Amino acid sequence: MNSIGEGLWQAAQLIVQLDSDLVEITSLSLRVSLGATIVASAIGLPLGAWLAVNRFPARRLVIALLNALMGLPPVVVGLMVYVIFSRSGPLGVLGLLFTPTVMVIAQVVIITPIIASVAHQAIRELWADYHDLLISLQATRWQRIRTLLWDGRRALMTASLAGFGRAIGEVGAIMIVGGNIDHATRVLTTAIALETGKGEFEMALALGFVLIGLAIAVNLALHFLSRTERGARW
Amino acid sequence: MNFKTLLLGAVAAVISTAAMAEDLKMAVTTSFANSGLAEVLLPKVAEDTGINVQLLIVGTGQALALGEAGDVDAVLVHSKAAEEKWLAAGNGTHRREIMYNDFVFIGPKEDPAKAGAAEAATGALQAIASQEAPFVSRGDDSGTHKMELRLWQAAGVEPAGDWYRAVGQGMGAALNTASGMNAYIMSDRASWLKFANKGDLGIVFEGDPVLFNQYAFLPVNPEKHPHVRNDLAMQLEDWLVSDTAKELINGYTIDGQTLFVFNAEQ
Repeated sequence: MNSIGEGLWQAAQLIVQLDSDLVEITSLSLRVSLGATIVASAIGLPLGAWLAVNRFPARRLVIALLNALMGLPPVVVGLMVYVIFSRSGPLGVLGLLFTPTVMVIAQVVIITPIIASVAHQAIRELWADYHDLLISLQATRWQRIRTLLWDGRRALMTASLAGFGRAIGEVGAIMIVGGNIDHATRVLTTAIALETGKGEFEMALALGFVLIGLAIAVNLALHFLSRTERGARW
Repeated sequence: MNFKTLLLGAVAAVISTAAMAEDLKMAVTTSFANSGLAEVLLPKVAEDTGINVQLLIVGTGQALALGEAGDVDAVLVHSKAAEEKWLAAGNGTHRREIMYNDFVFIGPKEDPAKAGAAEAATGALQAIASQEAPFVSRGDDSGTHKMELRLWQAAGVEPAGDWYRAVGQGMGAALNTASGMNAYIMSDRASWLKFANKGDLGIVFEGDPVLFNQYAFLPVNPEKHPHVRNDLAMQLEDWLVSDTAKELINGYTIDGQTLFVFNAEQ
């Protein structure tokens, strides 16, 4: 089996030649998954913090539900989003099916529970440390959440990156709602599924290596921009 | 050039491309797309008619479901009984036969079940079943799967047991499984010839007329779904039955083998 070696070689060739199809599907992958990560973070991070700071009767149930939703199979999410946005579905008139927008929506549904759960875990520990201080300062609920989100930003970045990781490698949902249409909704993962179906394992592996490289590049870029993991700085 | 002109230019470019090419969504079977014929026909369609055909590559079952829901403008599939049922339910305007290809039985080159010695396709299946040789079925309600089930029925064999593996996946994935298990499988000729992971498999049986596989084009009913682009679907149909299409379809070969035979009534 030298498929892996050939896959690597083909990946290198595609990248060096800046193959136009590769650039197109890679940039769509990036746009969809980053878009989903941003939207899901905007929902999930405050939600996680809010759950950590507030006490209410159904709190445990909500947290358990959130944790359970982390394991939601993408294909089920895809099917539900399809049924909603299909022309025969309740939001069909919007005509969003088989567009990148609906792919973002499906991925937001998939990764929001992950981001919210990880964020909740991190904020809860921080809240234990900050509790007395913030209460004695008589900070309002919103001020407490803001402080915790800011001081816990590095842990929260991990939450968002976990969500991004799941989004960029996800194939089940976007295959159904995006349709894997060439030059319209084809992304790296759906292209890999297509090439595998053709028995073109080298090409599929090559795209897989591009996907891994992309995930690493995004993670590195974010760490660099947020100046974490650098020397003396924590 | 300042930012504003750049932006205006970009907006103008987006608008002009949107006006030039009109998008038509068509659900097609995996066999049509995997054969490579789509890559030959679609650029020419765009050139001649200005229609940008967006393909949704799915099984026949899902293709018809997408058409029924109004999520595509037309479907191109190959399962006559299912198509007629779909039409009778008011989902489409009509059915236009375009071309056919054929199915072949793929199996281990040494053919342990002696399926190749059979006179007819049903005989080949009986040979495989009597030897309980591993057989991979699509099992996904696709046109190919339905054809396979009809043939088992005609052969008077109930395919069940350890040797019969329904994978519930597309043609390519099923061929990958067969290649891995060194099993028998029924495939359309085009997908098989294009398939790159043949392993120790080869064609063991072919040529029985019951294995012919008719492709038909079915526009989605605009009375049921007013938003569908029936005008574009009709233009595409006219193109698909034209002499240009005839030449391209009949002239498409892999390894010197013709894959599709144009048989539309013009």
